[in-house]
Amino acid sequence: MKTAASPTLVINGRNVRITTGERRKNLLTFLRDDLDLTGAKRGCGIGVCGTCTVLADNKPVKACRTLVADVLGRSLTTIEGLAGPDGSLHPLQQAFIDAGAIQCGFCTPGMVLTAHAFMLKHPEPSREEARRAIAANLCRCTGYQQIIDAIMAAAAHYRNKE
Amino acid sequence: MDELNNKAWRNDAAAKVTGRARFTDDLKLPGLLHAVPVYGDFIHARLIEVDTAAAAKSRGVVRVITARDIPGVNRCGQIRKDLPVLVDDKIRCHGDVAAVVVAETRAQAVAAGRRVVIRAEPLAEILDPEAALAPDAPLVHEEHGTNLICRHVIRRGDIALGFAESAHVVEQEFQTPFIEHAYLEPEAALCFVRDDGVVEVRGSMQHPYSTRRFVAEFLGLPLARVEIVGTPVGGGFGGKDDTAALVCARTALAALLTGRPVKMTYDREWSMRESYKRHPYRLRYRMGVGDDGLIKAVRCRIVADSGAYCSVSPWVTWRSTVQCCGPYVVPHVDGEVSSVYTNHVFTGAMRGFGSPQVNFAIEQLVEMAAEKAGLSGVEFRRRNMVRQGSATITGQVLEGHAVSLSEVFERVLAESGYEAKLKRCSRGRGEDDFYGLGLAMSYRGVSLGAEGTDFCAAVVSVQFDGSVLLEAGIHENGQGAESAMILLLAEDLGVDRARIVYRRSSTSAVPDSGTTVASRGTIMGGGAVSRAAATIRLQMAGAVAADLGCLPEEVRFAGGRLSTPGGRDIGFTEAAQLLYRDQKYPYALGVFPAPRVNWDESCGQGKAYFTWVYGCQAVELTVDRRSGRIRLLNAWAAHDIGRAVNRAMLLGQFYGGMAMGAGYGLFEEVAMTGGRLRSLNFDTYRIPRSTDMPDMTAIVLENRDPLSPSGAKSIGEPANELMAPAIANAYFHATGRRRFQLPVGGEK
Repeated sequence: MKTAASPTLVINGRNVRITTGERRKNLLTFLRDDLDLTGAKRGCGIGVCGTCTVLADNKPVKACRTLVADVLGRSLTTIEGLAGPDGSLHPLQQAFIDAGAIQCGFCTPGMVLTAHAFMLKHPEPSREEARRAIAANLCRCTGYQQIIDAIMAAAAHYRNKE
Repeated sequence: MDELNNKAWRNDAAAKVTGRARFTDDLKLPGLLHAVPVYGDFIHARLIEVDTAAAAKSRGVVRVITARDIPGVNRCGQIRKDLPVLVDDKIRCHGDVAAVVVAETRAQAVAAGRRVVIRAEPLAEILDPEAALAPDAPLVHEEHGTNLICRHVIRRGDIALGFAESAHVVEQEFQTPFIEHAYLEPEAALCFVRDDGVVEVRGSMQHPYSTRRFVAEFLGLPLARVEIVGTPVGGGFGGKDDTAALVCARTALAALLTGRPVKMTYDREWSMRESYKRHPYRLRYRMGVGDDGLIKAVRCRIVADSGAYCSVSPWVTWRSTVQCCGPYVVPHVDGEVSSVYTNHVFTGAMRGFGSPQVNFAIEQLVEMAAEKAGLSGVEFRRRNMVRQGSATITGQVLEGHAVSLSEVFERVLAESGYEAKLKRCSRGRGEDDFYGLGLAMSYRGVSLGAEGTDFCAAVVSVQFDGSVLLEAGIHENGQGAESAMILLLAEDLGVDRARIVYRRSSTSAVPDSGTTVASRGTIMGGGAVSRAAATIRLQMAGAVAADLGCLPEEVRFAGGRLSTPGGRDIGFTEAAQLLYRDQKYPYALGVFPAPRVNWDESCGQGKAYFTWVYGCQAVELTVDRRSGRIRLLNAWAAHDIGRAVNRAMLLGQFYGGMAMGAGYGLFEEVAMTGGRLRSLNFDTYRIPRSTDMPDMTAIVLENRDPLSPSGAKSIGEPANELMAPAIANAYFHATGRRRFQLPVGGEK
């Protein structure tokens, strides 16, 4: 039985038991150091760059500004959980690759998850809506254009499948 | 894009999009210790003592390191060794590191760092680079006897005669600010001493070879005992050179002293406080134009604030010198560019490398001059721009490659509808938001030029099963350098790219190839790969030619096969195996030395660069009449890059460069008070977000360069150096007011 105070957290579909000490931990530190889920990055530590973005019940959360206790009982998705169990890329991930939306890759995990959460709710966005959807995630390499291309290219998948 | 399926490709994309790519801070080792830097709150001070007693007793602390612990040389620098890795005699800026605390956890190290006490006697500080040149100014480095680091000059023609021939003269001062690279990954290093005694360094850097020099000298070790191993880098933009190497050097010392692996990962605040910035410039220009609308003379005096250390200031300001008049023919030039020590955070390489500052000035100045001469900016540029065979202001005749400035310029005019839209610009009139359009253009010397020795190496070896290993001295900063080199090699060997594995480069495996800056990755790295591939082809063709009944040079490599004009062929793998059976390795070291250049520093004349690239960008914007907020509507860029090797990555350089240039134009500025940075994170330092950018149009021109083995030239910096002046010109056409100071959006 799960409640808001449940001592477990579902991370990428797996139940993770949370100890009392862990509840007070910073979520990003917990993911990176304790669980070795290093896809979420520490870019600024103050919640303004978006590189630490993970999803809690499919909503973007800045892990660097979140305590483990804040997300107890919720279902977390990190970038490591987006691809299929067999390692097959999610269509949005493939779209990022195909559109040339990846350069240094440091913003990529957070960017992909933010875009994923957005597309689940808005599977038929305009380019402008897609542009606004990623406004909380900084990228210094790409100028965002090919990221928006990727989101638009992946829209068909979200309309049909999810 | 992939010609077959129209999709982009890069070798590291799948790892990066799944989170599998391990950046430095993602790496862990058993027994790993954590190190953090300690700063004092001084701008300029004589060090009395770094008191580490309390910190050393703190929980979890293994070691507190100060300058006393350094076994080697505590001064580094690529040009002038003036930068202490750890403070010893003096603190020269707010970012100087006085100690390193090493502890079992990072939190323990941070906590102990607060207990390090730095005692120092404050000295008079000097923060204005022009005041720093006064004879009685406090000296940042007493041993040099002056704060002047260098002064480059250009003397061409007869400047007095030039102004005497001028019917119109414009004079203007411009200013540009400190800006931050803002790579999203802060500096990080992980070091350990291997059982063979070699210090292995992984870190976020773009110059493994200078890092190796810094680390080796700091530790007092020979170069062969330090190995820098390539690790994914979360952006560099020129900024992961000196500071990144210092972080590696301190971490390496911690590993050496503790005998355990050590990781040092920077907070954003430390990164912004300590890392070098783009040089702020003060530029004073005077331009004379004849009745015929031709530029007769340019006089300029430019001062760059180098901050507390030299870094690559002499090279940055040299490029500014060579390009100080923009891509125009100017018969009489009197130019001086100085770089000066102050007690500001130091400044160094940043994408553009001395061109963004002069472009901001000159591309406005030509429009002001045009107006005085009664010409449009378009007509003025057409009359004065360099063309095939023109001589530059350094006396270099532009030949041996396509001088395509007119081509890029006309393409941008056509695609943007420039001249029709220009008539609709508000010029400060009308009821609605102001509307404006502007452009800027440039030429840019490719690679290092007469700055320094410029060559690059690559190693290619074909394995027994026909798979291919490639490694090169060019570093993957995120720009896609590895992918470009794989694609070039696949083409040269006529094999599928899937056969080729790019081996993460190691400084112990590939000869020193210099730094991955100056947009030299594709031209220099690609050049070395092409040379190595040519050797491999000779080896393999030699092994099969006799059997195939043709001459070695007639063997064609395509489709994974070696074939003859007569239609006989053999598989690539089989051919490799023939070599092995003949006790020969299909293995090659390819070296590409940049073609020779020459330079006379006394008058600033010579062949500065072996080839040039040409670019033009335009932007359309509105300015909110009340708030002054600038909104970009459209942007265009045309660059002649020689040849597109990896089209999607090329476009990424266009867009990313334009966005970074837009940030410079619109709002980027490192805020400082009395030598202390107020911009220490992304809440106080704004870089463009998705909503700040419009959709952009990239126009790719491909005039293959005969001096580049692959035909390709450069894009990283050309794409970044034009948007700010284009915005400044558009702002003028919108508001009727010129902004002579960056950022343009700084005015309310």
